[in-house]
Amino acid sequence: MTPAWIWENLPLIGELMLSHLWLTLTPTVLGLLVSLPFGWWAHRSRRGRPFIVGTAGLLYTIPSLALFIILPTILGTKILDPINIVIALTVYTVSLLVRVVSDGLGSVPVEAVQAAEAMGYRSWQRLLLVELPVAVPVIAAGLRVAVVSNVSIVTMAALLGIPQLGTLFTQGFQLRLYVPLITGILLCVVLAILLDLIIVKLNDLATPWRDRTVAA
Amino acid sequence: MSVLDWLTDPANWSGSDGIPTQMGYQLLYTGIALLIALVIAVPLGILIGYTGKGERLVAGSANALRALPTLGLLILLFLLISPVVAGQLVYVIPTIVVLVLLAVPPILTGTYTGIQSADPDAVGAARAMGYTKTQILLHVQLPCALPLLLSGIRSSTLQVVSTATVASYLGLQGLGRYIIDGRAQADFFQMAGGAILVAVLAFALEIAFTALGALVVSPGLRRTSRRRRTSTPAAVTTGAIPRTAT
Repeated sequence: MTPAWIWENLPLIGELMLSHLWLTLTPTVLGLLVSLPFGWWAHRSRRGRPFIVGTAGLLYTIPSLALFIILPTILGTKILDPINIVIALTVYTVSLLVRVVSDGLGSVPVEAVQAAEAMGYRSWQRLLLVELPVAVPVIAAGLRVAVVSNVSIVTMAALLGIPQLGTLFTQGFQLRLYVPLITGILLCVVLAILLDLIIVKLNDLATPWRDRTVAA
Repeated sequence: MSVLDWLTDPANWSGSDGIPTQMGYQLLYTGIALLIALVIAVPLGILIGYTGKGERLVAGSANALRALPTLGLLILLFLLISPVVAGQLVYVIPTIVVLVLLAVPPILTGTYTGIQSADPDAVGAARAMGYTKTQILLHVQLPCALPLLLSGIRSSTLQVVSTATVASYLGLQGLGRYIIDGRAQADFFQMAGGAILVAVLAFALEIAFTALGALVVSPGLRRTSRRRRTSTPAAVTTGAIPRTAT
């Protein structure tokens, strides 16, 4: 019976997996893009830092299910619109990453910054060509936490009826069936591990110099 | 009719399914889960912080737990115990188990990193004054650990209180009832009202913890943490304990 259910529902499972992937990846990438300028701002402004990082951190205290429902009232979107999930998860990703980006930029050795200055880099060149690349490992570490959390938070949208892997949980509950439920849990874990590995790989690719200098 | 009307309707504020009652349930489940988690995590955290053993295991399992979807876990536990348990317990047990599972890692991490963060000079001074190991633990290391421990408890509390909302899906009482029932009855204002109440409760708890931190943390520690905050981000104030998804 076990393989039979999975076999019969393979197209559905594939569809749910795809929409789960989309609902996870879009906000993770958007969140990273939004956090970069805010993190940089927090890094640059000694006075603004507690405020920026504090406000960002506070956003994480909003329970996800509540945010999924409050957003449509603010944005005027429909409750079933997946865009709410994307925006909510973008908010959480920003909440986690602003601090991380700021810490990452703060971790850049002074020598590297001074060397760039001595070589005549303009400040934007220094930021894009020296500080940001050197901060990549710290940012990547934060991004791993964010993406794994996002995979898990997306499943909450099943309670509103937005299709993704969490739909298999509610189906399992309604039909009192283990197979869809466990399939859903396993696929979530697999997805989280895969996305985590991809970030590790991208981090290695983006920082080839680390192998020789810092890896040990 | 609007969300505000729903929130201010006196009918919603009284009776056995009124807002105060459901808020009470929500806090009750949160409190029980936190208490169990504290009993498990604080002694274990002291042991790990003291011996330095098992750190990797804790960090590893905390990360693995993050990947496990709470909703799936909740339903799995429910299906597992529903043939053997009857009555309300069939909803309560899976909920408490999942909430404790979520609450333990942040408190555990907070305790052992807190113990380890105790200034070695302070520990050495206490030893030189003739403190026994137990006295050092109780009067030096634990008070020094308090900021990180509190930060861990705060993370746990916020996670637990928002996950308790999700437990309403199984059939449990609590503020999540408004969200789940509102969804079932296509009553958007009830849903949004419930969502706002949950968010307000989470904010209130966050503020309560900030106030508690200011109250119980030793002034000496606060000074150092403030000094640290300006140079490097202090783990103490903004929570170095990674939170899992809620």
